[in-house]
Amino acid sequence: MIRVTLPYHLRTLAGTGAEVTVDVDGPVTRASVLDALETAYPMLRGTIRDHDTKERRPFLRFFVCGEDVSLASPEDPLPEEIASGREPFMVIGAIAGG
Amino acid sequence: MIRGSASSHIIGGVPKLKKIRVLAGTRKGAFILTSDAGRKNWTVDGPYFGGWEIYHMKGSPVDPDRIYVSQTSGWFGQIIQRSDDGGKTWSQPGLKPGEPTTTPDGMPMGESNRFVYDTSPKTGKPLTTHQWYDGTQHPWEFKRVWHLEPSPVDPDTVFAGVEDAALFRTTDGGRSWHELAGLRGHGTGSKWMPGAGGMGAHTILIDPKNPKRMYIAISAAGAFRTDDGGGSWKPINQGLKSQYIPDPAAEVGHCVHRIAMHPSRPDVLFMQKHWDVMRSDNAGEMWHEVSGNLPSDFGFVVDVHAHEPETIYVVPIKSDSEHYPPDGKLRVYRSRKGGNEWEALTKGLPQKDCYVDILRDAMAVDTLDECGVYFGTTGGQVYASADSGDSWEPIVRDLPAVLSVEVQTIP
Repeated sequence: MIRVTLPYHLRTLAGTGAEVTVDVDGPVTRASVLDALETAYPMLRGTIRDHDTKERRPFLRFFVCGEDVSLASPEDPLPEEIASGREPFMVIGAIAGG
Repeated sequence: MIRGSASSHIIGGVPKLKKIRVLAGTRKGAFILTSDAGRKNWTVDGPYFGGWEIYHMKGSPVDPDRIYVSQTSGWFGQIIQRSDDGGKTWSQPGLKPGEPTTTPDGMPMGESNRFVYDTSPKTGKPLTTHQWYDGTQHPWEFKRVWHLEPSPVDPDTVFAGVEDAALFRTTDGGRSWHELAGLRGHGTGSKWMPGAGGMGAHTILIDPKNPKRMYIAISAAGAFRTDDGGGSWKPINQGLKSQYIPDPAAEVGHCVHRIAMHPSRPDVLFMQKHWDVMRSDNAGEMWHEVSGNLPSDFGFVVDVHAHEPETIYVVPIKSDSEHYPPDGKLRVYRSRKGGNEWEALTKGLPQKDCYVDILRDAMAVDTLDECGVYFGTTGGQVYASADSGDSWEPIVRDLPAVLSVEVQTIP
């Protein structure tokens, strides 16, 4: 079970709380976590990454265990803390406002 | 209070009052304003989709409870919402949780927010780049849906005008969208350029007498017409003169802000251009200016009275550099002669210290016997007139900046 935290507007879009859980078969990577997330919540397709290229949307970043992995390869394995559910995979939106 | 007639019609010998539903899209959510035909007492519902930009929302003429919404965000992109019960509940008409996202042969399944430009070889056209602000060529990049135009005959068919400028269509109630690529493919696309607000296709008018004929307008490319249901398009910009482009009478490149028609006379079009209010009596083949005595012929909105095809409305804005009413006075101007001779409508509108803007999709009319006229401002007011513009009252004063206003006259 992998925990994923979402920014406010994606929670309202998906009708969830701040955190959701997904199951991933096989290697736990950013790509496989987001694949599982979009299968469970298809309304999120296109809101985090491009439908086709799978490129991250520019104003979003991904954090795991306090580290920004936005620029890492989406196929890199995520840490055991993420795979085991001890730490959440965090989708963060850029700060809006001042 | 807002005055007005209580129009009614007869069902089974019992008169049934009509209802007015105003759909207001704002910078921070959608609102639905509802009144009976008296248009005196309004209920304000919303915000729906709070915090998101609602560029446009519009109901199906066939099924008024079917409402489509363009919900957008710089962070999260484009969302299409749909209601089948007049706005009580909403859903995205795409995949349901757990459904496969691809067909067995690997093709993407319908997704309500997937707008992908058609680059298929069958178009035979290089649909690749348009002009950027600095004159260089720039690839087409989808940003958002500016306008949704439901079909007059099928509640599942909707046309979407998008930025970067193109026309998309759904025939499955918004589950999937496909580009009508003939618009970009007719050959002048490389000369189109964005206006300050982006290169959006914002006006979609469907000829009620001939559904294969449609008009669209793009900032800043101009107006276009199809006579074959969207397969092929021609620029219809003859007669427009735009001093802000190298060739003021160019085939394309004009910043058309809005076009309106009366359904009984679809060959007669009225246009609010960047500067100039224009008129065509031959389906856009030729335009002539009807700005007449307006205090400024810059503006965004233009609309036509529901029952008087020669009665039209605009809201003059001071200039392209100063997007607020001249002299701080919010005035709707009405011509009862199809242009040139205009009267200021001021009763109930602020006549001092008013510096709001009225954006291109933010005016609409109802179809009650005494035509109602409505517009929204960037200051968050939605004004209504229940007497064809003679007097006005705000329905609400403090919404987020209003991007679009549509009105439904519900039987």
